[in-house]
Amino acid sequence: MKALAPTSEAELAEMVASASEPLRIQGGGTRPIGVPVNGQPLTTSGLSGVNLYEPGALTLVVQAGTPVAEVRKTLAAEGQRLAFEPMDHRGLLGTTGEPTIGGVFAANVSGPRRIQAGAARDFLLGVRFVDGQGQVTRNGGRVMKNVTGYDLVKLMAGSYGTLGVLTELALKVLPASHHTATITLSGLDDSTAVTALSRALGSPFEITGAAHRQTGDGPQTCLRIEGFEKSVAYRAGQLRTLLADLGTAEIETDPDANATLWQDIRDVACFHDGPGDIWRLSVKPSDAPGITAQIDGAEALYDWGGGLVWLRVPQDTGADTIRTAVNATGGHATLIRGNRAGGVFQPLSPPVAALQDGLRARFDPRGILNPGLMGRAA
Amino acid sequence: MDMPKPNPTILARKSQLLDRLASFLPPEALIHDPAETRAYECDGLTAYKCPPLAVVLPASTAEVSETLKICNDMGVPVVPRGAGTSLAGGALPTEDSVIIGVARMSEVLETDYDNRFIRVQTGRTNLSVTGAVEEDGFFYAPDPSSQLACAISGNIAMNSGGAHCLKYGVTTNNLMGVTMVLMDGTVTEIGGAHLDAEGLDLLGLICGSEGQLGIVTEATLRILHKPEGARPVLIGYDSSEVAGQCVSDIIKAGVLPVAIEFMDRPCIRATEAFAGAGYPDCEALLIVEVEGSDAEIDEQLETIMDIARKHDPVELRQSSSDDESKRIWLGRKSAFGAMGKINDYMCLDGTIPVNELPYVLKRIGEMSKEYGLDVANVFHAGDGNMHPLILFDANKEGDLELCEELGAEILKLCVEVGGCLTGEHGVGIEKRDLMLHQYDPPDLEIQMAVKDVFDPKWLLNPAKVFPLASSDTRRIAAE
Repeated sequence: MKALAPTSEAELAEMVASASEPLRIQGGGTRPIGVPVNGQPLTTSGLSGVNLYEPGALTLVVQAGTPVAEVRKTLAAEGQRLAFEPMDHRGLLGTTGEPTIGGVFAANVSGPRRIQAGAARDFLLGVRFVDGQGQVTRNGGRVMKNVTGYDLVKLMAGSYGTLGVLTELALKVLPASHHTATITLSGLDDSTAVTALSRALGSPFEITGAAHRQTGDGPQTCLRIEGFEKSVAYRAGQLRTLLADLGTAEIETDPDANATLWQDIRDVACFHDGPGDIWRLSVKPSDAPGITAQIDGAEALYDWGGGLVWLRVPQDTGADTIRTAVNATGGHATLIRGNRAGGVFQPLSPPVAALQDGLRARFDPRGILNPGLMGRAA
Repeated sequence: MDMPKPNPTILARKSQLLDRLASFLPPEALIHDPAETRAYECDGLTAYKCPPLAVVLPASTAEVSETLKICNDMGVPVVPRGAGTSLAGGALPTEDSVIIGVARMSEVLETDYDNRFIRVQTGRTNLSVTGAVEEDGFFYAPDPSSQLACAISGNIAMNSGGAHCLKYGVTTNNLMGVTMVLMDGTVTEIGGAHLDAEGLDLLGLICGSEGQLGIVTEATLRILHKPEGARPVLIGYDSSEVAGQCVSDIIKAGVLPVAIEFMDRPCIRATEAFAGAGYPDCEALLIVEVEGSDAEIDEQLETIMDIARKHDPVELRQSSSDDESKRIWLGRKSAFGAMGKINDYMCLDGTIPVNELPYVLKRIGEMSKEYGLDVANVFHAGDGNMHPLILFDANKEGDLELCEELGAEILKLCVEVGGCLTGEHGVGIEKRDLMLHQYDPPDLEIQMAVKDVFDPKWLLNPAKVFPLASSDTRRIAAE
């Protein structure tokens, strides 16, 4: 089916208002997470471009279909960046195409810097969107503090196009850092690694990445610090001392090596090749090793000090196995790649599910925006 | 300020309501003597007052739930209240409403340094959350000026921020989970000790919803390790335009201070007379504070001072001791008290894009002359959250009304330049009727539709946030 590809907000609103069948909303189509929607594809990639950029105010207003790469380039020209470091899903999901900024926010995609800077949703200041009736709505603004009415901006972030189609986003951006260093301890088991990561995150040294990964040379526990040169050197030294009883730390300060390392962690590069289902778990960091140990054949990448667990499990591992392990401690699991028969998103408690259903019914009374995507597979 | 007329049916059933509440609440948790309910007739916005029908002070989530079930069943409006420090009338009751105050629920339920969170009952004050963890080197980042008194429940309702939010964010960026009771008494758990709660971002929606969607009784909050140290620099300019440019250049240089505060000449003069902090008499004064180890602070301040020098400051003073840091902050922290000593004043809370600062200050100066009322400005310059203080004489006939008119004009100006009506105080009743200057009717309609989902009878804090004329069909249908 040929995708609807509006080139203006008004055209998009008209298309949604006149739609008689379900719509499959997408940006660049690089993140097919959730249950596939049986409907007419509608892409926002025709809504592209920067509407306003004020580097001195740290704000950028951009159309939803703008490629993430273009946003990055615009910001880099002024020494700034998207602080939340959105992951690129193409390697993990085998998709092609161009990730869009609207897609990033629709899925609330954040990277390793989440632990220090916040998630994508924390950088979204304002939105314009078209609801399920074709009504154009705006919420928030382009200033950092705003408590004028309800914060629908946060609600739209991570709603996977089920409440409305994003058309314009106002973002808070941050200065890019001048220097980066990674402190790496080798050979730690999962549990000791999470202890090391937690200890570092509980220090005053402002960690902007805290991950534990398996490599050909064995496990590596990595901590990233960023900032001005002297400050980075000082904190790296302090961290090495803080963790001295757990191992001897190597310190990497080469910009390219650091960029590659953290991009690999961000994009879960270690699971790009080879078979297996991929799960994404959000849990308390100290629970992570115990959960992983309960699942037969699981390989894990720990990010966010252990709070984000990427699991690769054998293809026949049931969703119930994963969910039972997570439910015992609190947190949630999302299937990113693999057999969707057991459902993709964490089942919600009945009161929360009722609120969520109620909201969807209000924003999209005809049930045409990505219906079924966040539910269980048929 | 209009408020809906009390519902006579509810007033007539007062004794029945009290009987039902008394059936499960201990006597100290239920207040209905008119002499005692008067203590709850207003919040920090004291210009508007009305005693409630009754006040319930529960000790547990279960008691909140029971109280709400009864009020929902009898169609009685409920006004949630934390510590009552709202500056926007967010906790103002009506004659036919029950206040549910969470002040007695102030326990720390769990502290976890490995996973960096604390779980508290929401009647706990903001500062005492930090108090519970500071001996171990941790703190809770959002720091509204009222932090000594204000409760976490109110912080969540208003999405409170403070001077340090340029670096650490506001409440919504530090809230991980809640226990919330819906108007029908249903107890819900949203989020928890993990990051990024599952499903739609209901946490983000609840935060800043001004007590209209549910009553939050417990909260899981992110805690951080304290920085090794902090140090401010004071910079004076003879032009607010130049000061604004300096702020912008500091941010562009890649330094992210924890605070950038701005005061204008009327404010500087008033605080000097009051506190004698030793500020220069100039047009615009900045206080920029950075954090870290001594070496890190030196490095950042060096960059900031280089930028400041390029704009030809009339004063540039880096603190070299704790005592000097205290003196630099003294004037800023005394600003509101100093203004109060000179005169009655109204404190506004608009937000603007930082680059519009010079224009907005110029326009405020012109409007001040037009209205014949002095305006002093002190604000968080890093994030554009302004607090113009309009001076007036409460004893002079018509002065309050004139002051309110000027206040509304200034807030409209904030919206015109791309800002918003309120950055941290909330809409409450104060800015309710200005909402249509920022949002079009469909934008408000979808917000009200959200309330329909959480509170279909519109009983929770019903006459706040939305212009009465916009919400009346819903509120009347609910009666």
